[in-house]
Amino acid sequence: MSSQSALEVQDLARWFDVSAPWLTRVLERKPRRILKAVDGVSFSVPRGSTFAIVGESGCGKSTIARLAVGLHHPTRGEMNFAHGAGRDGRMRAQMIFQDPYACLNPRWRVKDIIAEPIHELGLRRGAAAVQARVTELLGLVGLARSDGEKYPHSFSGGQRQRISIARALATEPEFLVCDEPTSALDVSVQAQILNLMMDLQREFGLTYLLISHNLAVVRHASDQIAVMYLGRIVEQAPTEMLFRNPQHPYTRLLIDTIPDLEAPNRARQPLAGEVPSPIDPPSGCTFHPRCPYAQDICRQVSPPMAHDNDGRAIACHFPLTTARTSPLAGLAAVSAN
Amino acid sequence: MATELSPAPSGLRQRLWAFYDSDLIWSFRHSPMAILSAALLAIVAFTSLFAAWLMPQNPFDITQLYLDKANLPPIWIEGGQMPYLLGTDLQGRDILSAIVYGSRISLIIGVASVALSMTIGVLVGLMAGYVGGALDNFLMRIGDAVMSIPTLLVAILISAIFRGMLPVDYRDAAAPLILVVALSLTSWVVYARMIRAATMVEAGKEYVLAARIIKVPRRRIILHHILPNVLTAALVTATLNLGLAVLAEATLSFLGVGMPSAQPSLGTLIRIGNQFFFSGTWWIVLFPALQLTLIILAVNLLGDWLRDALNPKLK
Repeated sequence: MSSQSALEVQDLARWFDVSAPWLTRVLERKPRRILKAVDGVSFSVPRGSTFAIVGESGCGKSTIARLAVGLHHPTRGEMNFAHGAGRDGRMRAQMIFQDPYACLNPRWRVKDIIAEPIHELGLRRGAAAVQARVTELLGLVGLARSDGEKYPHSFSGGQRQRISIARALATEPEFLVCDEPTSALDVSVQAQILNLMMDLQREFGLTYLLISHNLAVVRHASDQIAVMYLGRIVEQAPTEMLFRNPQHPYTRLLIDTIPDLEAPNRARQPLAGEVPSPIDPPSGCTFHPRCPYAQDICRQVSPPMAHDNDGRAIACHFPLTTARTSPLAGLAAVSAN
Repeated sequence: MATELSPAPSGLRQRLWAFYDSDLIWSFRHSPMAILSAALLAIVAFTSLFAAWLMPQNPFDITQLYLDKANLPPIWIEGGQMPYLLGTDLQGRDILSAIVYGSRISLIIGVASVALSMTIGVLVGLMAGYVGGALDNFLMRIGDAVMSIPTLLVAILISAIFRGMLPVDYRDAAAPLILVVALSLTSWVVYARMIRAATMVEAGKEYVLAARIIKVPRRRIILHHILPNVLTAALVTATLNLGLAVLAEATLSFLGVGMPSAQPSLGTLIRIGNQFFFSGTWWIVLFPALQLTLIILAVNLLGDWLRDALNPKLK
């Protein structure tokens, strides 16, 4: 492991058994059904940076988030955190959740919610020290001391997300997994929360694993992006490189779906079709049924991950070389006429 | 974002005010049916609690029964005597006193069996719902087995087994306890199923995941995080089931496997009175039956109100 990376992921896989109950399976002669939520993913997250994973619903990005904080155990492969202050001698990882309404226990006062990790990990001794720490954490996320006495229902979505961040910070984490932290919030509040997260990252040298389906959020907040499709990473690159010059057709299609204020009527290829079921994925390159450039080889052979010198990795038989000369641009031009 | 304008409530007075001001109490104050039912239950509870001071006679005490006062009709019918407002039975037992003492037994058994079955059901439901897997299967199949036999049959069976195991002298004294156990062992499944389903929903919520990430022990997650969030549903069912429990106890006593004649519950009184119904002394059966109906009606109306008041979708 390089000393520069906070997290190294090697060939990570997580499969779920979603078979019918045993008796039904025997009676109806149904085979076992395995859902390969994550199937062979490798990446590394540099210390102090934000690594984003994007993809449509069901592509396995939330499973990676849960694997990272130990809520799931990997079926195959490894997830290694750098050395840190955690109980096992590794970095302490914490999570910020998607749903600000479900992530706080409605029957607990906010101060108790934030104090729980402090008690549980034994980070402060004595009621006064814990209370002082809770007040400090509330201040860090822009809430008042008196807010600690209230119950979660008296807060808005954005304020709840601040409480959720305070709870995560209470563990004194070095690594934060953010599972769609802004997707349930109003657009006006999204920026506030993202900026708060970025401020905290600078202040505490945190490393973020950001899970999102919102490319605008990802572009604003992340240093590197991995695009996932059906449990695999199809393209990974530094943020600006990926947005300026997407090489995987799927990345290209994702970026094309972002509305553009400056060119609202620009020609674009809409993202067609549904994500196939990860229980029974297509052969070869799993993206081939939706890919406009699919050839015979795509239906038969799964493309290997190819790394180039700029820090880009791509799994495609026919990467788009540049945006301008790509056949997609040609198609778009035709459809614009 | 943060304001210091509304300081957090503290102190008993503020808490009481907050309680009075809460949605639940508001809803109560605006529901005549709930107030009426609660008042009725309060009267029943009060009279049965202080029966020894309020009633002219202790119907369990043979020295207070006079055979020359037997079979007196209610006071407003010719031949009625003070202080026997609702008349007396074959042994000179004052019907009103018997009803009040009987209600006490019925209510105590009802409340105790609901409390016990709720405790069993909630614990089983929490474990089955949170741990899942083989334990869930095991506990729920036991529940299915209990539910697949009619409740009263199971209760009669359990009651008979316990009675058979006890020496004759202790049977009457242990009768209330046997009834409570028999009724609880047959009615915990309702709570267990409901709490299991609610627990599975809560266990998937992110606040539970947050606790799991910092490795909060399972027992503490279940008791501190999940239990407070699933208990409301159980309490509503408990209120609704109190009526059922009182009724089930009355049925068992009516069938002769419940409370003995020496310590009559409402069901026992109805059974005794039933024998004299056609000989003209109708008051022996009618008044206990009316009391039973009133109690069950009041409990059910209160339970209905509570269910609606606590259901956020109906607000």
